[in-house]
Amino acid sequence: MNRKTKEIFIKYIFFVFALVAIIVLAMIVFSLFREGLPIFRQVSVKDFLFGMEWYPTYDPPDFGIFPLIIGSFIVTIMATLIAVPLGVLAAIYISEIAPRSIKEVLKSVIELLAGLPSVVLGFFGMVVIAPILQNVFDLPTGLNIVNASMILALMAIPTISSISEDALYAVPQEFKEASYALGATKFETIAKVILPAALSGVTTAVMLGMARAIGETMVVLMVAGGAAAIPESIFDSVRPMPASIAAEMGETPYRSLHYHALFATGMVLFFLTLTFNLIADYVSNKFKQTGSATL
Amino acid sequence: MLKMFKRVLCVATVFALMSTVSFASESVVFKGSTTVLPIIQEAVEAYMKANPNVQMSVSGGGSGEGIKAIIDKTTDIAMSSRAIKKEESELAKSKGVNAVEHVVAFDAIIPIVHPRNKVANLTIDQLSQIYQGNITNWKEVGGDDLKIVAISRDSSSGTFESWDHFVMKKSKVTPRAQMLASSGAVTTAVGKNRYAIAYVGIGYLNKNVKALSVNGVKGTAETALSKEYPLARELYVYTNGEPTGEAAKFLAFLKSKEGQKIVGKVGYVPMISLK
Repeated sequence: MNRKTKEIFIKYIFFVFALVAIIVLAMIVFSLFREGLPIFRQVSVKDFLFGMEWYPTYDPPDFGIFPLIIGSFIVTIMATLIAVPLGVLAAIYISEIAPRSIKEVLKSVIELLAGLPSVVLGFFGMVVIAPILQNVFDLPTGLNIVNASMILALMAIPTISSISEDALYAVPQEFKEASYALGATKFETIAKVILPAALSGVTTAVMLGMARAIGETMVVLMVAGGAAAIPESIFDSVRPMPASIAAEMGETPYRSLHYHALFATGMVLFFLTLTFNLIADYVSNKFKQTGSATL
Repeated sequence: MLKMFKRVLCVATVFALMSTVSFASESVVFKGSTTVLPIIQEAVEAYMKANPNVQMSVSGGGSGEGIKAIIDKTTDIAMSSRAIKKEESELAKSKGVNAVEHVVAFDAIIPIVHPRNKVANLTIDQLSQIYQGNITNWKEVGGDDLKIVAISRDSSSGTFESWDHFVMKKSKVTPRAQMLASSGAVTTAVGKNRYAIAYVGIGYLNKNVKALSVNGVKGTAETALSKEYPLARELYVYTNGEPTGEAAKFLAFLKSKEGQKIVGKVGYVPMISLK
């Protein structure tokens, strides 16, 4: 085999590897839709998305996932509210302020947090956080929105922090030097030069963190409480979509209406995470900092 | 590309066919109740480990589906959490099927609360009202002035189905009820929450939770077997005529001490004393 054919050979091998991911994704999406769409022959899209009652095993069944969608959104938004300040500020500290030794330790600890299995975090929320929440606030239940949001935030922090940190690190050195040369303090440099320059990266980080939180299953299954009703306070239980799918899929008869309804819920979830990813992609391309002139 | 894919598919199919032909000397199909399914599933796994030549497949669908399948002769053994109805057994006879009943275990569902809860007994109606969301405070049933947090199992679980059968009788569980994914999670949650009420199969009781009496009867293996305890029932399997071959051997195994140990392990009441 001469050098040229070798090159071509290698090129196609890599092409096949790249293709595998696309083919697998296409197959998953295809089966998701094939199993999910039949529900809409029985239930209208509007009744499915905005129906208030989720009674899949009764006769006649109700397949309204609106309380589940609300459940997913509320835990994701609250988790984001907790995780964004913590994650972004941690990233700023690591990238701009911390001395080298602390920086290395912090970075690896945050990465370790990302490596914690979600079932361990869920168990922690259920056995440790829930009784504490219940005693401190004198609540009827510790398995609620606040508990789930805190655990989800813990899972989103590593994503947000490490991607933000990469973005902050990528801000050119001359920006900072220029800022200092004009007499700006360190705080002014961070707040007015570095953070705006890295904003698209930080936004991407937040979006990916949210996508992580909304798709997370084990934690919400274990600590959100699982009540399929619109919550009246942040200490109520909710039933986010992934929890519903995970809890019910195992015992539902194959290709029953309930089975199709769970796949359709999976489709809704797929579209939501897709939206988050598209927004992240759009923001990081559109507001990409190229050169210093646009600052 | 497509041709090659087809060829691979062909080879795979041939292999799959060969494997079923050469390894399965006899196959037994189970279908029916999701309440009975965990027992059969465990027992089948144990039985197949001891008899690797036997092919057994278990699927759910509910008691009605199982009995329908035995009448249509599409299953060898039907699992059911209720006795066969008169119409069903007549329909079976008209199709030349003689549905023979075998009791394989007892099912007893116990309401549980936090050990510090003062309430010790509830009637079935009170339980139903609590789960429908009509009774919302423990003081309404003789307890402290605390909100009731009703914890339920997921609506597709067999335990939920039992609860629905004994207590709810087709009334809807309030959407405010918490739904937990396993009986283990339920006992953990109740053991840590003095507002909570939940229900589990008798095998899941432990010292962290307090079992309630129902209509004044304490739920134990004895009261379940004597049917004195109201939330108890027999679990059945049905065969077409007296079972033969592997089906008969499997049912003998299920009724043996070893089989009934499995019944206890998955949370139901064994029919014989295991001591």
